[in-house]
Amino acid sequence: MTKKLMKGNEAIGEAAIAAGAINYFAYPITPQSEVAEYLCWRLPEVSGVFVQGESEVAVGNMIFGAAASGKRVFTTSSSPGISLMQESISYMAGAHLPVVILNIMRGGPGLGGILPAQSDYFQATKGGGHGDYRLIVLAPASVQEAVDLTILAFDLADKYRNPVMIIGDGMIGQMMESVEFPEKYRDENNPDDFDWALTGADNRPARITKSLYLDPKKLEDNSIKLAEKYKKIVEAESRHELYHVSNDNQLLIISYGTMARICQTVIDELADEGISVGLMRPITLYPFPGAELYAEATKKNIKRVLTVEMSMGQMVEDVERYVVGKKPVDFFGRTGGIVPTPNEVKDKIRELLKPSPKAKKTKSSRKKQIKG
Amino acid sequence: MSGQIDVVFAGFGGQGIMTAGQLLAYTAMEEGKQVCWIPSYGPEMRGGTANCTIVVSDTRIGSPIINNPAGACVFNRPSLDKFVPSLRAGALLLINSSLIDTPSGRSDLIEVKIPINEIAMKLGNPKAANMVMLAAYVKATGVVKMKSLENMLITKLGHKKSALEINKRAFKEGAKAVSGLQVRDKV
Repeated sequence: MTKKLMKGNEAIGEAAIAAGAINYFAYPITPQSEVAEYLCWRLPEVSGVFVQGESEVAVGNMIFGAAASGKRVFTTSSSPGISLMQESISYMAGAHLPVVILNIMRGGPGLGGILPAQSDYFQATKGGGHGDYRLIVLAPASVQEAVDLTILAFDLADKYRNPVMIIGDGMIGQMMESVEFPEKYRDENNPDDFDWALTGADNRPARITKSLYLDPKKLEDNSIKLAEKYKKIVEAESRHELYHVSNDNQLLIISYGTMARICQTVIDELADEGISVGLMRPITLYPFPGAELYAEATKKNIKRVLTVEMSMGQMVEDVERYVVGKKPVDFFGRTGGIVPTPNEVKDKIRELLKPSPKAKKTKSSRKKQIKG
Repeated sequence: MSGQIDVVFAGFGGQGIMTAGQLLAYTAMEEGKQVCWIPSYGPEMRGGTANCTIVVSDTRIGSPIINNPAGACVFNRPSLDKFVPSLRAGALLLINSSLIDTPSGRSDLIEVKIPINEIAMKLGNPKAANMVMLAAYVKATGVVKMKSLENMLITKLGHKKSALEINKRAFKEGAKAVSGLQVRDKV
């Protein structure tokens, strides 16, 4: 394998091709546009298809139709564009269709800005569209991991017949790092391998792809079927990485994507000061590595758990959900396109770990009160 | 941190800032180092500042965002004003004295003035100014070998003979501009 120096956006485009996904539909938007720019010349080289839709609403419906054909289908966008696709994402989840969607996040809400953010965590992991559905959500922290997770995303989408979303902050898309691709690229899927793909009902009964069930019992059955699928996903697909985790840690950071790398620098620098901090980096945001978080966070030596995000605090709600009040959960974040610097995070940690004389004071003052 | 070098290349659009930074990143990667190149991207004004940060490390790179860079190559005055305050003590500051007529005003930096535009003009192509700066930085810090840098240039520009020759000479001139300076241990 040869190493290449590539921008995250371009590397993700190449990774889709490596995964045998050569059917691509998109509409340009900063900071994701280089994916489309790259694939518009690269796909013809591999006999692939790139259709630029007239809007993200159109793209959402194009991928819906294309995914029903059993071929691997890919789209990329950034926050406001992803919002426009939510209707079709809900439909595709309801219709059990595999598709991979990349969201290179920018600041929101609304049209927001174009600089990096992580404020689409709720949208990606808690729905976004309507109905009882989930997406598998993957969060790379480097260009190489973006490549690896893009390939994995297509495998997971096919395996569970469910939309998979890759979310990266703008930085993942814009930065260049060295990457390696698999030596052997996958061939395109053969739709005949699937008993659900719409391939033309010649010499076989017709198949139906839909998310409309007017009979409430049938609709409930579909939701139960989805829920059973999500249960399997939660049991089998949770992924995370630990950094500098040891029995000396006083504090555990939970952070994902580029923010986790900044926290890695924070941890190295604090170690030089004699402050021991560990990091747990969820790689899958859904399923969230909750059991693993509980195990790490409730260790005796951990005094506090700090969630660091480029948002006003979204993943922190999941962290609280799994730490279940066993340890204090704190939050630090910047948003709007501002990326927290290592210094800011270090200041927050020093402040949190400052021994507070408060507890003793209240005791002694209470004593005084009793005496008085 | 030991084993990690970071540097900012900054100037205005068209000065070859991104190209110079990328050439450094490619070279470091070829030498088997970990590398991260990150551009300033955003609603930038035409003729405003453009910059990129390059981190080169022997081990896994953490933050691609550098609070206090160990080096800066500034190609115009706005970049000097923008990056000088954030440089760490002892940092290497290379100033394009063709366009910047003021010193940084800091006494804790290793500061070198190089008239990169004039040098490039003399070589016959003003576009080679960025390569003069890049070579000066590489020579002064030893972040990669000069030979590796030249090999990478040949890989990237091998098909354009005349451009290759001028850039090779630009490398020599850049290296000459910092001869005698050895700051490897300090950055």
